[in-house]
Amino acid sequence: MSTEAIIRVEGLEKHFAGGAIKALTGVDLQIARGEVLVIIGPSGSGKSTLLRCLNLLETPTHGRVFFEGADITDPKADINLHRRKMGMVFQHFNLFPHMTVLRNMTLAPMKLLHRSPAEAESEARALLARVGLSDRADAYPSQLSGGQKQRVAIVRALSMNPEVMLFDEPTSALDPEMVGEVLDVMKQLALDGMTMAVVTHEMGFAREVGDRVVFMDGGAIVEEGVPERIFSAPTHQRTKDFLSKVL
Amino acid sequence: MNQSAVMQEWLATAPDWILSLPKWAYDQCYAFFKSFIYDDRYLIFVKGLGNTLKLTFLALLLGIALGVVVALVRVSWDKYGAGQPLSPGKFLLGLANAVSKVYLTVIRGTPVVVQIMIIFFVIMANSNNKMFAGVVAFGVNSGAYVAEIIRGGIMSIEGGQFEAGRSLGFGYTQTMWYIILPQAFKVVLPTLVNEFIVLLKETAVAGYVGLTDLTRAANIIRGVSYQDFMPLLGAAAVYLIMVMFFTWLMGKLERRLRTSEH
Repeated sequence: MSTEAIIRVEGLEKHFAGGAIKALTGVDLQIARGEVLVIIGPSGSGKSTLLRCLNLLETPTHGRVFFEGADITDPKADINLHRRKMGMVFQHFNLFPHMTVLRNMTLAPMKLLHRSPAEAESEARALLARVGLSDRADAYPSQLSGGQKQRVAIVRALSMNPEVMLFDEPTSALDPEMVGEVLDVMKQLALDGMTMAVVTHEMGFAREVGDRVVFMDGGAIVEEGVPERIFSAPTHQRTKDFLSKVL
Repeated sequence: MNQSAVMQEWLATAPDWILSLPKWAYDQCYAFFKSFIYDDRYLIFVKGLGNTLKLTFLALLLGIALGVVVALVRVSWDKYGAGQPLSPGKFLLGLANAVSKVYLTVIRGTPVVVQIMIIFFVIMANSNNKMFAGVVAFGVNSGAYVAEIIRGGIMSIEGGQFEAGRSLGFGYTQTMWYIILPQAFKVVLPTLVNEFIVLLKETAVAGYVGLTDLTRAANIIRGVSYQDFMPLLGAAAVYLIMVMFFTWLMGKLERRLRTSEH
């Protein structure tokens, strides 16, 4: 892991309902290339909002987000170009229901990266093989189980060859028996050196795979550090309270 | 009109079995003959039917094109207009949105008969192209309803679909085109078919500007044959058959589209 920050967040604030709700109250954060950052915290703590600000699915109210050194919150920045390099996986998969698995995965590379259909398809099939779904290439999303859907969602994001992957509670909508298969894929991705920011309630994953854990509460980062320390010796009372409830 | 000439030809051409029918059935056969067969009057009817179909399909195309554009303007304004800092883009979108709202209000608030007469007799007063005026009138009218149908369809697609498209790097327009609109169309297809059927029947007022559609054809035959029942029954039957046929066709299409999701 190099120390170069691929994502840097400065003074990030996000207000909803015209300022009545302050989801983020000033967050500073860096993610190094190759790092697996796990964001934990109680619901409503702002962790999903923070993640969604990283690729500007939420427009920050104040503060700046830098990706590979470029200020992507600058109105002149072309966010669509930056997003191609930032894969995102959602809690509810968000696969395109009117397309086959293969089409879900080849649409963006073909339209945005101008890959030929044959190229895009062979890359997609290679990715599907990596997650054990080679035989589902021609299935429609509604024919897949939750775990399969999420694995397809992951490889759909990977089909754009992103520099960083953002995971927004990727296992929260899954039946318990399917959580493992998705976490395994994410773990393998981390081992392959992908930069990842993961919002999750899976403390086992955070402890085992995470390089660094960030604990958020009330729209701010309360505490951060290596998983070992956060889980065994948290320094803040709020972190202790949260961990005592979830562990 | 020479009644005896009609009678002569009728007696010469009617097969014997008709002449031996009971009086009420015989009378209807004679009425049918006078309405459609004599003097090749069915040709007026066929021409009217052709015009009705042409008018409906062209108006449908114009209506869908207009409807999609207006729906996109309205949806985009709701999503991006309010709350954004003023820019030339926002100004243009706001203007387009205001124009769209006026369009929807005026078109949906006035009868289509009045609209087609205004278009033919006032706006296109220097042209005598009735078909063109009809297509514009019914297309513009239908577009207003199609716009609201499609807007509803777009809004029924989960926000997550839009976010998934954007997160891959697709722009707003590309996300709409590749991801949202295909799904929205599937949702609104039954409602669009309904709108199409309404449109098909609404074109019956095209006769107000002298366009010989199916209804006006029936009316012309009524005038020359002195028959009321047969020409009107014929027109009604043809409308009904067309509506039933398109309903059946769309049912098939819908089932085919649905299989792609199961």
